[in-house]
Amino acid sequence: MSERATSVTPPEEQHDDQNQDQNPDAQQPQRDTEPDEFSAPAGETRAEPVTTGAESVVRALENAGVEYAFGVQGGAIMPIYDALYDSEIRHVTMAHEQGAAHAADAYGIVSGEPGVCLATSGPGATNLVTGIADADMDSDPMLALTGQVPTELVGNDAFQETDTTGVTTPVTKDNTFAADPDGVGTDVSEAFALAREGRPGPTLVDLPKDVTNAETDAEPDAPETPDTYEFTEEADPEIVAAAAEQIETANRPVMLLGGGVIKGEASETCREFAIEHEIPVVTTMPAIGAFPEDHELAMEMAGMHGTGYANMAITHCDTMIAVGTRFDDRLTGGIETFAPDAEIIHVDIDPAEISKNIHADYPLVGDADTVVSQLAHAVERSPQATKWRAQCQQWKSDYSMAYDAPEDEPVRPEFVVEALDEATSDRAVVTTGVGQHQMWACQYWTFTEPRTWVSSHGLGAMGYGLPAAIGARLAADDDQEVVCIDGDGSFLMTLQGLSVAVRENLDITVAVLNNEYIGMVRQWQDAFFEGRHSASEYGWTPEFDTIAEAFGATGFRIDDYDEVADTIAAALSEDGPSVIDVHIDPQANVYPMVPSGGDNGQFALAEDQL
Amino acid sequence: MTDGDRRRGLDGPAPDERPTPTGRRNEQGIRIDPAVEATHEPRRTVISTLVEHEPGVLSDVSGLFSRRQFNIESLTVGPTTDEDRARITLVVEEPDPGIDQIKKQLRKLVPVISVRELESDAMRRELALVKIDADEPAQVSAVADMYDGKTVDSCPETATIEITGSRQKIDAAIETFEQFGIREIDRTGTTALARGIQSTAAPASTTESTATEASQPQNQYAPADDD
Ligand SMILES: Cc1ncc(C[n+]2csc(CCOP(=O)(O)OP(=O)(O)O)c2C)c(N)n1
Ligand SMILES: [Mg+2]
Repeated sequence: MSERATSVTPPEEQHDDQNQDQNPDAQQPQRDTEPDEFSAPAGETRAEPVTTGAESVVRALENAGVEYAFGVQGGAIMPIYDALYDSEIRHVTMAHEQGAAHAADAYGIVSGEPGVCLATSGPGATNLVTGIADADMDSDPMLALTGQVPTELVGNDAFQETDTTGVTTPVTKDNTFAADPDGVGTDVSEAFALAREGRPGPTLVDLPKDVTNAETDAEPDAPETPDTYEFTEEADPEIVAAAAEQIETANRPVMLLGGGVIKGEASETCREFAIEHEIPVVTTMPAIGAFPEDHELAMEMAGMHGTGYANMAITHCDTMIAVGTRFDDRLTGGIETFAPDAEIIHVDIDPAEISKNIHADYPLVGDADTVVSQLAHAVERSPQATKWRAQCQQWKSDYSMAYDAPEDEPVRPEFVVEALDEATSDRAVVTTGVGQHQMWACQYWTFTEPRTWVSSHGLGAMGYGLPAAIGARLAADDDQEVVCIDGDGSFLMTLQGLSVAVRENLDITVAVLNNEYIGMVRQWQDAFFEGRHSASEYGWTPEFDTIAEAFGATGFRIDDYDEVADTIAAALSEDGPSVIDVHIDPQANVYPMVPSGGDNGQFALAEDQL
Repeated sequence: MTDGDRRRGLDGPAPDERPTPTGRRNEQGIRIDPAVEATHEPRRTVISTLVEHEPGVLSDVSGLFSRRQFNIESLTVGPTTDEDRARITLVVEEPDPGIDQIKKQLRKLVPVISVRELESDAMRRELALVKIDADEPAQVSAVADMYDGKTVDSCPETATIEITGSRQKIDAAIETFEQFGIREIDRTGTTALARGIQSTAAPASTTESTATEASQPQNQYAPADDD
């Protein structure tokens, strides 16, 4: 079992020693220890007793093993920043709070531990919201700490007062207004634990300035979820047995892996299961990397811009083993035609996802890794699916993703994605913006490892790519390249993050697939709005390579096929941030495509089929 | 491909050349077996939740209903025998899958301790204050008696009657009062408890006994009695 999964204990079994798993160096406050009796273990330099609410907050982060925090300073959060000044936690000053949230989100995706972001009250907090909403949609572990005006001013429309818990309630897993200096550290510990345990998600603690400034010697409790928070580890053995029988007798089985597979560290177990029983594997977008896309059984991503063969497989299967997916509408298309012949075995840690969108014939509530292991034990013989597998292989060739790339025409984006993939290692991390380029990145990069695909799936937030690359860079190992495949429109939304990448000397390569278009919108206008390009054409974009240089990064530009390989190699070999402005075919479209609410099996391969 | 064809896309059998499965799912994602096609009609039910008594929990609950577009008919909130806990009683109207979703989504809110759908025989009470024209005091009080109503305020022009009971009883009372002319009405939502020895919402770690729970409605109604 993975590192993360082993440290997940049901709340009633959680003890203070859980903290030890996360950070053996941290001192161990006991729940029942009176604060004034607290004494630091010998030889610990940073275990000085806390003196303020803010110090207690920072201590809670240290106890949780936090290494990085991303944020922007400001009046109401200053006490926290002051306490951070003396901490080992490395703070990365971002250019915009949205970037801080996306960086923390990506840090969480790559490392598996909650990323931490900080912002001041009012505009700082509201700027975080896009990133928090993104983490919420994708169940990414993240902790946001926001400054708030002093308690006595709350409700008075004070300067930079926003009802932050009010604003973020619909987009957080949980949030808290910290009302008490003695409890503020524990509020943060609890929020950290909630962000990572069970189904992960963003949590937020709103920190009024008087509370963080107040004197207190209350050490925070260890990061534990509150008693009212429960989740199930193991699925009901009877349903597991029934599901196993369904799998054994299936003729057209498919595994559908969702993002929960990666979050639950279940990729390995799912791979073994699929390979042992020779079951074709389809993934959702957040699950890219959970199963090696170069494997014979890999049908790759399904859904709106999924591969034709993945969509054929999910449409025609008779048994679907769906793990850690919420059956988002971009995956299912129209519900009526989604896997209409399939018995659905649905594994999810969140009972509310079971039968929310697609009815589960075999509801298996529990941790992905644990439940797939249960299934692996219970399934005694492989399904008889030779014909089905042959059919799937046939679909792979019938609906090949091969594209034409005539030398004398503008550079195809697919070609650029493949060239970047070629030039980097298997463990390279890819981040993206939102639009056509994101889909080409999904389709044409061959992902083989979990936690290497970092994108804004559920929210679809343009501007995600660069700040995510910053967070991913700090979470990834040094030998993992970090490549941001961005769109011109998306890059323009957050490119101020280049200042951070340059200042922190982060080795990131940004490839802007520049079509001088809000490309995805242009494609839809061509298909559904008679080609009326309302507000989707730039007609002019700045020179992104020159912009990069102005920031102090290295800029490159590609216009022709023969420049692709060399320029990519040069950009990757730069030690710090580099930006390649890749002028691609502005007319390139993303196919296959299932229109919203359409039938997955009827995906279009070209515009005239829509 | 020629220049003009650059947008064309990928090769492969066109949609109408592909096999299509025969099955279908209904709106709730349930596979339809044409022989036994199950339709899920909305039904009204009472969901009782025990929550941590903390700021924001009521907005968490009501926000959930608006965000997920669940059909809610009434929501009442009040203290319990444990000062750290409050009870929120919800009357909802949804098809079965929707009711399941409501229960699961409520359970996910961190300050929610327990969620329970009450049996149809659960005790349910609403309270209404009805202010009516008092031109015919004798008849007003006759009708009030008919519904076990209590006159809580009167002046030469108006009488205000308090009625407690099931929603149907209150509806009926109001309808009858209409003949006198109703000036104003205020109604609570449904309060409800499970019958007999069973506890309405029994979280694992709470010590709330059924006996103390049973006395609760009186406590809650006490202020009204004093009017
Ligand atoms: C913050 C935000 N605003 C608007 C949209 C709507 N939208 C989706 S894709 C897209 C076009 C993105 O343009 P670009 O980044 O250049 O990507 P391309 O499709 O051209 O590759 C837009 C505007 C969005 N997803 N996110
Ligand atoms: Mg573009």
